[in-house]
Amino acid sequence: MDAEQTRAVLAMMWRIRAFEERVGQLKRADEVHGLIHLSIGQEGVAAAVCGQLRTADAVYSGHRAHGHALAKGASMARALAELMGRRDGLCRGMGGSMHLVDVEHGFLGATGVVGGNIPLALGSALALRAAGRDAVAVVFFGDGAVQAGLFAESVNLAALWRLPVLLVCENNGFAEFSPRSAHTPVERVRDVVAPFGLAGGTVDGNDVDAVWDAVAGLLPAVRAGEGPALLECLTHRLRGHYEGDPDRYREAVSSAEWRERDPIARLQRAATGDGRLDPDELPGFERAARDEVERAVLAARESPFPDAALAASLVYGR
Amino acid sequence: MSTHETTYIGAVMEAIDQEMARDERVLLLGQSVGGRPDDPFVQRYGENRVRVTPISETAEIGMAVGAALAGMRPVVDATMAEFLLVAMDQVVNEGNRFHHMSGGRVRVPMVLKAGYGFTAGWAGQHTGSIYGMFMGVPGLKVALPSTPADAKGLMATAIRDDNPVLFLHHYLLTLDRGEVPDGEHLVPFGQAVIRRPGADVTLVATGWTVPMALAAAATLAADGIEAEVIDPRTIAPLDTATVLASVRRTGRLVLVDQATRHASVAAVLAAEVAEAGFDALRAPIVQVTGLDAGIAYSRPMEEHVLPDEAKVVAAVRRVVEHSGTRV
Repeated sequence: MDAEQTRAVLAMMWRIRAFEERVGQLKRADEVHGLIHLSIGQEGVAAAVCGQLRTADAVYSGHRAHGHALAKGASMARALAELMGRRDGLCRGMGGSMHLVDVEHGFLGATGVVGGNIPLALGSALALRAAGRDAVAVVFFGDGAVQAGLFAESVNLAALWRLPVLLVCENNGFAEFSPRSAHTPVERVRDVVAPFGLAGGTVDGNDVDAVWDAVAGLLPAVRAGEGPALLECLTHRLRGHYEGDPDRYREAVSSAEWRERDPIARLQRAATGDGRLDPDELPGFERAARDEVERAVLAARESPFPDAALAASLVYGR
Repeated sequence: MSTHETTYIGAVMEAIDQEMARDERVLLLGQSVGGRPDDPFVQRYGENRVRVTPISETAEIGMAVGAALAGMRPVVDATMAEFLLVAMDQVVNEGNRFHHMSGGRVRVPMVLKAGYGFTAGWAGQHTGSIYGMFMGVPGLKVALPSTPADAKGLMATAIRDDNPVLFLHHYLLTLDRGEVPDGEHLVPFGQAVIRRPGADVTLVATGWTVPMALAAAATLAADGIEAEVIDPRTIAPLDTATVLASVRRTGRLVLVDQATRHASVAAVLAAEVAEAGFDALRAPIVQVTGLDAGIAYSRPMEEHVLPDEAKVVAAVRRVVEHSGTRV
């Protein structure tokens, strides 16, 4: 990443971090309704992948979707209004945290059932190719989805039809409430897909420069129609599976260890160390993000709740 | 309107063909679709629009949902209704949810075509009339054609609909012949049709039980009992108004359904009429349905589980006798 790209990615990571920390507080204050999954600690993958996509590229995500939606261009204010169930939400308060959709920015959607989003990305890729466009589809999923049958079905079909899909596995080592070792003897997702000949590999997902470079290396071939790729990003979610998860199934990382692993802190160290960024400009990223979040909170509180009749009127598209 | 004679399944394919010619966004995918260069659909529309898929129902149907989200209008030939069960999340919890969950920002125009009800010795796993588990799923539409003309018209409407539509064609009607309108033919969803008018009793039937109900009505007419036969044609949306209006005329309702009794269109209609038309009823509503049992292989057992013309005739006689007045 050059200096400008680094600034853009760092700003996005701070936006996601600030947004999600505030969402956690709003959840505890019962201003955010429903089930919330935070991606704090995994922001680098969303920012480095989506930072290299075009608006026309389709992105799909799962239940831990806030970062992907923001990184693909969704308005923070409208995302927060959605989480607060308000009329100005991205989905008019109909979807909430697990079902964010922002067609305008190519965020075609988040789905709440683990792995259910993977074949959807194949369909977008098929449609984009049928329409003669060089856009790609990208789907984010966790390592837990790899054990779902549709993962194997989708990888096979994407490889068979050489669909322009980038599969991004955020491997945080935990599938819901239990470690990888309880789910599969195969440690690396790249080994699961090895027979299909997909391009890609495994990177440290908390090393944002490494994620950026890997995506930059894969995307042109996917875009050119040379077939799908899978990028496995090893990462760590700092929070539990959901907000309120007692998180007794794993040991908390120490604060010293977290300073080493935090993708934001790492990028800041790397970029100031090699002269891309000036240490003086660092506080501005966090401040700007936190200010934006507070403006979003005020805007969402101002937005009325939707008319309840909307729930029955939107059953069918007309 | 000029017509031509064709088979029920021929009428379905005619509609798909005409819609593919009309709109290049229509795709045809499935395990028994295309797959060879001399397939007529491949020849007409090319391998990009007509694609054979692996036996991967979840990926296949999920991919169709994604293609629909991205602006295409895929038709998935799922072959048999039971194969949809393999991909249940995609059928009842993805494609049908997106419009609603997104606050109306996206649409999923998609058709899932599948045969059902093959009660001809196919035993347990390929014979179900399993529409009951889909008709109450919000966002999903369900069409059950009973004639070649409706098979064509409902398929054309399904392809033009902006929602996921489950188009279930009955296997025992596959080669039935009938007159089908030439050219464009659209049958509206949510509009029942009265197949035979009658003043004494209302008979509602779907799919394969429609000809059964009509045969029963002919038998009863010889005894002076005039049955009105209604075919809902789509069960989601379900035209309860036509059924209620008929019951207000006849005062009696017999519901014929191949499905298991507790997951049937009959059960839903019985509840609706009991609630909204109780004052019009002169006798209890009677349901002639499949038993709450699997379909058995051996022919006498298979027949035992299913409704037939004699069971429909007997039910109507019971209802007429209960209400006391000889019609």
